[in-house]
Amino acid sequence: MSGYRLTSDTGATPVSFKFNGKTYQGVQGDTLASALLANGVTLVGRSFKYHRPRGIFSAGSEEPNAAVNVVRGDELEPNTLATTLEIYNGLEAKSQNCWPSVDFDVNAINSLLSPIFVAGFYYKTFMGTSNKHWMFFEKHIRKAAGMGEASVTADSSRYEKQNVFCDVLIVGAGPAGISAALTQAATGARVVLADENAQMGGALIGSTQEIAGQDGDGWVREQLEKLKTFDNVKLLPRTTVYGYYDNNTFGAVERVSDHLTTSEAKGKIRQRHLVLKSKKVILATGALERPILFGDNDRPGVMLASAVGKYVKRYGVVPGREIVMFTNNDSIYQEIAELGARNVPIKAVVDLRDTLSDYAAAVKEKYNLRIYHNAAVVRAVGGKALKSVILNNGETLTCDVLGVSGGWTPTIHLQSQQGDKPVYDETICSFLPGMGHQDYVSIGACKGSFDLSACLSEGGLAEVRVEDEPSLNILPVFDIETTKGKKFVDLQHDVKTSDIKLAKQEGFLSVEHLKRYTTLGMANDQGKTANVNALVVMSKERQLPITEVGTTRFRPPYAPVSIGALSGGEYGEHFRPTRRTPMHEWHLDHGAEMINAGAWVRPRVYKKAGETVTDAYIREAAAVRESVGMVDVTSLGKIEVIGPDAPEFLNRVYTNAWLKLPVGKARYGVMLREDGHVFDDGTTWRLEENRFLMTTTTANAANVLTHLEFLLDVIWPELKVKVVSVTEQWAGLAIAGPNSRAVLAKALHDVDMSNEAFPFMAVQDAKLGDIPVKVARLSFSGELAYEVWCPSHYGYAMWDQLYQAGQDFNITPYGTEALGTLRIEKGHISGPELDGRTTVDDLDLGWAWGKKDFVGKPLAGRDGMVDEDRLKLVGLVSKEEKAIRPGSQIVLSNAETTLGVSQGHVTSTTYSPALGKYIALALVKNGRNKIGETVYATYPLKNESQAVEIVKPHFFDPDGSRMHV
Amino acid sequence: MSRYSIFNLVGNALSGHKNWKEAWRSPEPKPSYDIVIVGGGGHGLATAYYLAKEHGLTNIAVIEKGWIGGGNMGRNTTIVRSNYMLPENTHFYEWGMKLWETMSQDLNYNVMFSQRGVINLAHTPGQMDAFARRGNAMRLAGVDAELLDRDEIARRCPGLDMSPNARFPIVGGMCQPRGGTARHDAVAWGYARGADLRGVDIIENCEVTGFKIDGGKVVGVETSRGDILAKKVGVAVAGHTSQVMQMAGIERLPIESHLLQAFVSEPVKPLIDTVVTFGAGHLYISQSNKGGLVFGGDMDGYNSFAQRGNIPVIEDVASCAMTMFPNLGKIRLLRHWGGIMDMSMDGTPIISKTPVENLFLNGGWCYGGFKATPASGWCFAHTIATGEPHELNAGFTLDRFEKGYTIDEKGVGPVPRLH
Amino acid sequence: MQIDCPFCGKRDQSEFTYSGDATKKRPDHNDQDPQAWFDYVYQRDNPKGAHQEYWHHTSGCRQFLVVERNTMTHKISSVQAVGDLNKGSAE
Repeated sequence: MSGYRLTSDTGATPVSFKFNGKTYQGVQGDTLASALLANGVTLVGRSFKYHRPRGIFSAGSEEPNAAVNVVRGDELEPNTLATTLEIYNGLEAKSQNCWPSVDFDVNAINSLLSPIFVAGFYYKTFMGTSNKHWMFFEKHIRKAAGMGEASVTADSSRYEKQNVFCDVLIVGAGPAGISAALTQAATGARVVLADENAQMGGALIGSTQEIAGQDGDGWVREQLEKLKTFDNVKLLPRTTVYGYYDNNTFGAVERVSDHLTTSEAKGKIRQRHLVLKSKKVILATGALERPILFGDNDRPGVMLASAVGKYVKRYGVVPGREIVMFTNNDSIYQEIAELGARNVPIKAVVDLRDTLSDYAAAVKEKYNLRIYHNAAVVRAVGGKALKSVILNNGETLTCDVLGVSGGWTPTIHLQSQQGDKPVYDETICSFLPGMGHQDYVSIGACKGSFDLSACLSEGGLAEVRVEDEPSLNILPVFDIETTKGKKFVDLQHDVKTSDIKLAKQEGFLSVEHLKRYTTLGMANDQGKTANVNALVVMSKERQLPITEVGTTRFRPPYAPVSIGALSGGEYGEHFRPTRRTPMHEWHLDHGAEMINAGAWVRPRVYKKAGETVTDAYIREAAAVRESVGMVDVTSLGKIEVIGPDAPEFLNRVYTNAWLKLPVGKARYGVMLREDGHVFDDGTTWRLEENRFLMTTTTANAANVLTHLEFLLDVIWPELKVKVVSVTEQWAGLAIAGPNSRAVLAKALHDVDMSNEAFPFMAVQDAKLGDIPVKVARLSFSGELAYEVWCPSHYGYAMWDQLYQAGQDFNITPYGTEALGTLRIEKGHISGPELDGRTTVDDLDLGWAWGKKDFVGKPLAGRDGMVDEDRLKLVGLVSKEEKAIRPGSQIVLSNAETTLGVSQGHVTSTTYSPALGKYIALALVKNGRNKIGETVYATYPLKNESQAVEIVKPHFFDPDGSRMHV
Repeated sequence: MSRYSIFNLVGNALSGHKNWKEAWRSPEPKPSYDIVIVGGGGHGLATAYYLAKEHGLTNIAVIEKGWIGGGNMGRNTTIVRSNYMLPENTHFYEWGMKLWETMSQDLNYNVMFSQRGVINLAHTPGQMDAFARRGNAMRLAGVDAELLDRDEIARRCPGLDMSPNARFPIVGGMCQPRGGTARHDAVAWGYARGADLRGVDIIENCEVTGFKIDGGKVVGVETSRGDILAKKVGVAVAGHTSQVMQMAGIERLPIESHLLQAFVSEPVKPLIDTVVTFGAGHLYISQSNKGGLVFGGDMDGYNSFAQRGNIPVIEDVASCAMTMFPNLGKIRLLRHWGGIMDMSMDGTPIISKTPVENLFLNGGWCYGGFKATPASGWCFAHTIATGEPHELNAGFTLDRFEKGYTIDEKGVGPVPRLH
Repeated sequence: MQIDCPFCGKRDQSEFTYSGDATKKRPDHNDQDPQAWFDYVYQRDNPKGAHQEYWHHTSGCRQFLVVERNTMTHKISSVQAVGDLNKGSAE
């Protein structure tokens, strides 16, 4: 094929680009496809399975063949359609799925094997005698498949997301969509008009058809200018509305800078994900031409007739010197007239029908057309470029382009995505949108109105006068009988009519089975130009009307959209918010190694020079037991529970009793889920008669709040209680160790820290300098300890001042590791024990089991919840003086350490500086009756195991004397 | 000869593929069968296959409302693994894994079971510990598992964001090397063909409209193609379990139907050679043999029978995918769709007798149905044939909720959307 | 989806959390019958079609709403505050 550019467009800006390493010139506004055609390039890629040479088939997003890889620096954008890719200076693109080159592709040998590579062949072979055989074949099959190559380097582009609200969303800016936009704009409604192309106007772009006394191109430009004058209209070109979701919500991707040179695009958003929400929706998505099936219909140079027209009208590019047209309908004559108006000659028209409409006859007359009636192309001849076509009368016509029209398929993807069943229409031999269950209307070609006057009037511009135009007059012949050559139904996936026949023969009758067995319609184009023809072939095979063959449901996206765009840029550091405490900077300044705890970032250890994590936590934990330490506990969940019924509410929510907690005291509580399993634990403080401050674990903060809200809102609306999260409002620290009282006594005023005035579990207000603080005498570490809370904005100052005050006592900041050590030594439970499967008794919290009724109590009594074989919380001590690994399993004998019956597992482990031993908490089957027994903590993942003794979980100071001093 | 092989394929190629027989027959339903299986998905077909193969029962019909394998069997992300922690699950799924390893040969149908490994990423030391707990439980039960350090993760998953400054840096992971993917449709077709060859009638386009129950005993089903008597009936219709069981008088079940979306990208040359799951959000990703990246994430989170989801999950899934693999930005999403999950209240399936005698239930598969296909069919066949569960599914009873023996792998309690 | 919150107006579904079947009535707090609790906590009608369900306006007013939504089409036919619903049933 030897395409060329019409010389009329002399003012165009030249653009230089590279394709397969060779430099070409195009002009501003070209797609890669139009530019390649203008340069006479016919061979663009290789097909998926047989690696047959392929060219340019269409002029839009329905393209099955011409997918290329775009190279920007070391980043690749595979499977990009040459037919939609706008060229820019410096564009570099290459063919894909071919090696060493698109011209000479080694895998073209697959074509010779095509008798074997039929539909479903891989299900019948490559099995061998064991699964290893398939693994061997698979490696090679994977390499051969896959189309474009993707980058391993991170995408450096930027993406963003935008919510767009409007009164009327119009999808498709062809004549129908533009008319509708003008009509709606005049009513003052907020209108969004989106179109996937760079240029709006659809079929009217470049058209010479007369509208309201001027040519179509001029008219549509004028209307677009008019639309731009409305403040209430937003035009979104280069925007693919890819999906229709519930409540008239649409997903769309706007390509903001893909068409710009690398330097122009620098710093700009590449693509924007739009979530459009509209009261009314007008779908004016147009129609796609489909081909007719004949032998070797995949040869480069065989293209849609309308594509030939588009290249001429939109880009001034003529795809070939000798153009033959092949049709079963009249739309082709309109394209011929457009070509004729630009003096582009048509060599011949092969028309399946025997007569001409008046319109076609006039075109024939005007352009002196040679028309073959009752004729069909049976085969295309050529390899990497079309050389000729053979007609059913035996005649051979030399040509380099064959434009084919098998009629038009309304683009009803968006309608169908909602589940609306398409309806087959005999007059257009295709499907129309079915009954919509959402609030939208379809207008124009997507509802089968193919003539311009209907498009305009459905858009609300009935008064605009349009020059005569043809009706469709389609003859329902789509599949030409031929004995030679392959008839491809799905060009991209190399699915032939014979594959469909084979699928039918093997019983894959349902359309879904057909699709899955042959992979028809599952390629990147989702069978936009193939599906209807496939149904025609299947209906012929099954001897059923097409309506009974069925259709598959369209799935979003309408056209492929980038994963980067869909992420809206919310990835990497923007993936989730980071929650930092007010003391964050202090921790960093003091050598803290930070760790994620849910969304929070907390100090894990404060490393001194040369220390490992283990060294550091042992030092920190020992310092707490010896003198005093401080730890940031801001991340604990905090909920205010307010109202006269608050005690009653807490009494129902917690397993233990709450009615008699005095003001100024705190209490530890355990709450269950309704199914009787432990949900969360923490202390709750009675600040005033009707005001409590509940603390939750960091992990469950949000869930507990929702749980409480549900109970108050839904179950007990009569309770006069309100809950509100105050997690963000308070900064908190725990100060623990024998000298904690002395530090606080020195630093705080307006408070008596003596044991008598400030007993265990008391909560009091105090001042730290000018900072108002709440002090609660609570102990997670088992030491004399206090929690000190202040409004968040004082958090840093509070921490720093207490740290300064503690200098005389060598106060040691400690992190989550030492926090863990201290609580494990005390047998206090935390996340690994609160695993959502444990009961109050499992966790040895039976003392907290109240006599009254509480949430979860009724189901906590089920057989399985009180089964004696349940896992119970115990302590473990290493008998081999080595670390017990977290995640170890418990087995009864040394013989079972690699393969055996699990008796439970280790939940939390530490080295205990206080005991000088390696200890752990564990959940062990019937464990409380195994105290004193030796079992094995095994870690088959590293082939390690050790003997451990089961002990009570309270390792250190079991009677709690240290915290009561 | 209906056996598939390369020789048979070449022979057929030489004769123009004229001699291939249908993969399974399309018989008219008989008036009665020994066993009727309601639901021609993977589980129903596998059940019929194992009833015939393991128990010598062949007077069986599988009754399917639409076309076989058209529900979740053809909508899942094709991941196969047995990396479960709780003993009931570990043993059941591992039995399934063993069946997977010989499935292609057993069925004489290439289901393309690709043991490319399943890697779970860990982002905190605590998460690593949780994986170790699971991995050790697996190893102790004879299941393969290995811990991977950062370097090994980076080596196996090029493109992964290994930056120590990532929002949730990867600290390591766990791998089940024998896990992987399989060609989902082929599994349904292979079981269908295998069952059919053993005499099972597979009846498509036949909707069960009611059960014939006599004195608390099921004696047959009413269908859109007439009544069919049966001595025993097994129901395997995940997604619509509640609706079908209601026809048998079982009004309520511990099941909600939820929507799970799945995603596939345009095909690219081999990029991800294993299955990877994200640990800081919910995402699993692998690459199909065709080259498409197949991925999924959270459920939409509300009861649904619509088989199509909404944008928030699409955005979240894309965010998770990009956070894991920032090189995926320029790869395009080709298609996404939804399936209806039978979400049980503890996240664990039900393979069980029911209060109606001779009526058996297989459902509640949550996310786990595809990988369970062989073990589910095998155990369900045993349960139907013998009237009692096998040791492997003894814990999967319907009455475990009432009795307090729930099997809650995630520990989130009776909230289906969280399982 | 969008939910028309009676307190905040129409908002995207991403602000809300689905919170289960709203036809389930919790047994009386002092009810000891495990069967009633089993039914409340575990058993579901799971209808295909109209479904009355709770949604929590998590990123909004944090109220629980009772939404009537079709599980086949996702179409929402009514949204009301739990309080209003309680009033309705009391009358």
